[in-house]
Amino acid sequence: MSNPEEPHPHDGRARSAVIERGVAKTNRPVSSAVAAPGAATKRHEPGEPDRAHLREKLYEPRKQVHNKRIDGPFRRFKWFVMLVTLGIYYVTPWLRWDRGPYAPDQAVLVDVAHRRFYMFSIEIWPHEFYFVAGLLIMAGVGLFLVTSAVGRAWCGYACPQTVWTDLFQHIDRFIDGDRNARARLDAAPWRWSKVLRRAFKWTIYAAIGFVTGGAWILYFADAPTLFREFFAGEAAPVAYITVAILTLTTVTLGGFMREQVCIYMCPWPRIQSAMLDEKSLMVTYKDWRGEPRGSVKKARRDPEHFGDCIDCMQCVQVCPTGIDIREGPQIGCITCALCIDACDKVMAEVGRPRGLIDYATLEDCEREAKGETPRSPWRTLFRPRTIVYFLVWGGIGVALLFALGTRSRTELTVSPDRNPPYMLMSDGSVRNAFTLNLRNMQSRPRQMEIAVEGLRDATMWSSTVGRADAAPTQVVTVPADQTRSVRAYIAVPPGTPAQDFTFRITAQDEEGESDSVKTRLSAPEDAP
Amino acid sequence: MANKRIDEPTGTPTVGHEWDGIEELDTPLPRWWLWTFYLTIIFAIGYVIAFPAWPMLDRATSGLLGWSSRGQLAEQVDLAQVAQQGMRDTLARTPIERLPDDSALMAQAVAGGRAAFAVNCSQCHGSGAAGSQRLGYPNLNDDDWLWGGDLKAIEYTIFNGIRQPGHPDTRSSVMPAFEGAFEPQQLEALVSHVLSLSGKGRSTNLGAQTFADNCAACHGNQGQGNREVGAPRLNDAIWLRGGTPEDIRRQVLQPRMGAMPAWGDRLDPVTIKMLAAYVHSLGGGEDFVEVAKDPEVEVDEQP
Repeated sequence: MSNPEEPHPHDGRARSAVIERGVAKTNRPVSSAVAAPGAATKRHEPGEPDRAHLREKLYEPRKQVHNKRIDGPFRRFKWFVMLVTLGIYYVTPWLRWDRGPYAPDQAVLVDVAHRRFYMFSIEIWPHEFYFVAGLLIMAGVGLFLVTSAVGRAWCGYACPQTVWTDLFQHIDRFIDGDRNARARLDAAPWRWSKVLRRAFKWTIYAAIGFVTGGAWILYFADAPTLFREFFAGEAAPVAYITVAILTLTTVTLGGFMREQVCIYMCPWPRIQSAMLDEKSLMVTYKDWRGEPRGSVKKARRDPEHFGDCIDCMQCVQVCPTGIDIREGPQIGCITCALCIDACDKVMAEVGRPRGLIDYATLEDCEREAKGETPRSPWRTLFRPRTIVYFLVWGGIGVALLFALGTRSRTELTVSPDRNPPYMLMSDGSVRNAFTLNLRNMQSRPRQMEIAVEGLRDATMWSSTVGRADAAPTQVVTVPADQTRSVRAYIAVPPGTPAQDFTFRITAQDEEGESDSVKTRLSAPEDAP
Repeated sequence: MANKRIDEPTGTPTVGHEWDGIEELDTPLPRWWLWTFYLTIIFAIGYVIAFPAWPMLDRATSGLLGWSSRGQLAEQVDLAQVAQQGMRDTLARTPIERLPDDSALMAQAVAGGRAAFAVNCSQCHGSGAAGSQRLGYPNLNDDDWLWGGDLKAIEYTIFNGIRQPGHPDTRSSVMPAFEGAFEPQQLEALVSHVLSLSGKGRSTNLGAQTFADNCAACHGNQGQGNREVGAPRLNDAIWLRGGTPEDIRRQVLQPRMGAMPAWGDRLDPVTIKMLAAYVHSLGGGEDFVEVAKDPEVEVDEQP
């Protein structure tokens, strides 16, 4: 099938074949046709018969990534995002928020035992879970929005896997040294010095994993209390199990698997690459400018023949997922832009313009390749697709805020007894029984008045107020942040027909919140 | 037929399909993935050996660990019983007159009683405790009680039953059969008088006289009934066995009298206490006329 006349794959022209083929054949440049991870290790050698390549290997051995230290604007931005995200993660459980004597004072708390979710001044009950669902939908649409505007920015900077991998890679660098030293140590035989060094490093891995898992459980209970209990050995077993599992997964995924998670385990790159289009920003190697590559020396000898890429491999060496961006867009690229930092640095050193590797849209790439001026990347932010995403995202947000602002902290549900539907009393009156659930979602106890509306001559009593004290209304105390169940008996004079009526509860405080439920009175005429 | 080929730029074989111009590379799996896959197979084999798995003719293989869902259920039931033991102990110590003082304990008793009622009582009294007028099972939701409707009276009734031969403490009342005792005219007047007690029929001298001579001793002059002897109240809107003239006539001539097992023989005292609490909670329960003032003195004796 393959043409033996085709250029050698190590020829730069073939390297950009992915992009060219993608554009030409599918007009969908970033698709599942992007280069496979690890593909560089299995290059097709010329002269070999094609059939040999159809032999299917069971597995692909992993190439350890030893990425080199780099400094630059994108690296510094990555540091900034890491500090902010880790800061939010570790500090949030310790923030306090005064909610009065009847509710916890932790600002963000997922109270599973009492089925409450606290977030600053917002308190969510289980039946209000649509708020959480709304936030999740916003997070999803937000990812679409970010992806359509700035490509895989989530992957490159904010994804927890990226943040922790980055952290672990810094640990590697700190203990084992930079790229070459690490590679040497990896290849070295296991002597005592290596064992000790590795043991030390893995201990730090474990410590990071433990701190990560430990912070997680603080979101689910009062942080200072749980912190003390945890180290005093008094916390619930589930706390220790959770921390153990999260420590293990953090060390495994962040410390050892790293780019394997991004390439093989994470579904998001697949979705993202389908969501990118020719107007999305991604990290691109400008092959029309860089190829053919040659060293500075060669280029000086023959300036007409060589492009700007001096084949110094810095972009490959700094890559945290170990890819060669010069092979075109690929699933292993998380667009963290460290290669841009590296390449810009080299270009400055050799006195060539920056941006050989740069954030660019495919549209701009084509334009630039033809010698036209690329448009400002900001234009990718404001186009119909991003605006629609933003409107959907913002619409959900506004709807949630509206619902939050108008929601009632008082709720009534009524379930009428249906077995038997009505009861004849000895004085001939007809009695119906109802179970009322009065919900007080304020963090203070409240008096609530239960009233019957639209039912003449009805008397009401309950499990606490006897029939002798029956009255048209009743006042009950509903404890703070709880639902109180009241069994209400309604009696009407003999001969009252079946009819609809309304239960209304009104909080006896200055706000006077109320809620009402329409229900039905059953009477003998109703009976079959 | 799949059109397999080598993807030139990457050197990777394709899976051989093309969708809309897009081809998929047949990239080998990473080694850890393969190992994980093999581990799941090994785990599955161990699982099948350790736990009941293979369906046989009448049962599944039992597995090496001796685990079964039935055994697990039994363990959970045991655990639940252990968990309830504290509540049951408190309930056993608490005299039923003091039960309303402790609303939490009362709520637990009512919940337990609801479950016990469904198992033991609903067969006759119905799942909603509404009884059956046709069959003569009393409605337990209303405010009409043959033998008293406070917690203590209800507990006594459940414990000792109704008309249980050989039980000295059982509730027992007998309505004589008046078959042949009345002239037809006298009988109609009596029925009419009984209906008039609850405001439905017209009373005559003959009816009133017949009632006073034959019925008032137990049912009272006004038909107000007598709980001491379990004589039903006749001057209210509730009829145990129907309120039509035909129903009343039949009950005068050939009275039917219900019976209830003495549950003290079958259920433990705590369950009976819970049943009493549940029946009392159905909406017709009465307050105690006199509540024991000193809980110390009141040791919970069985009625």
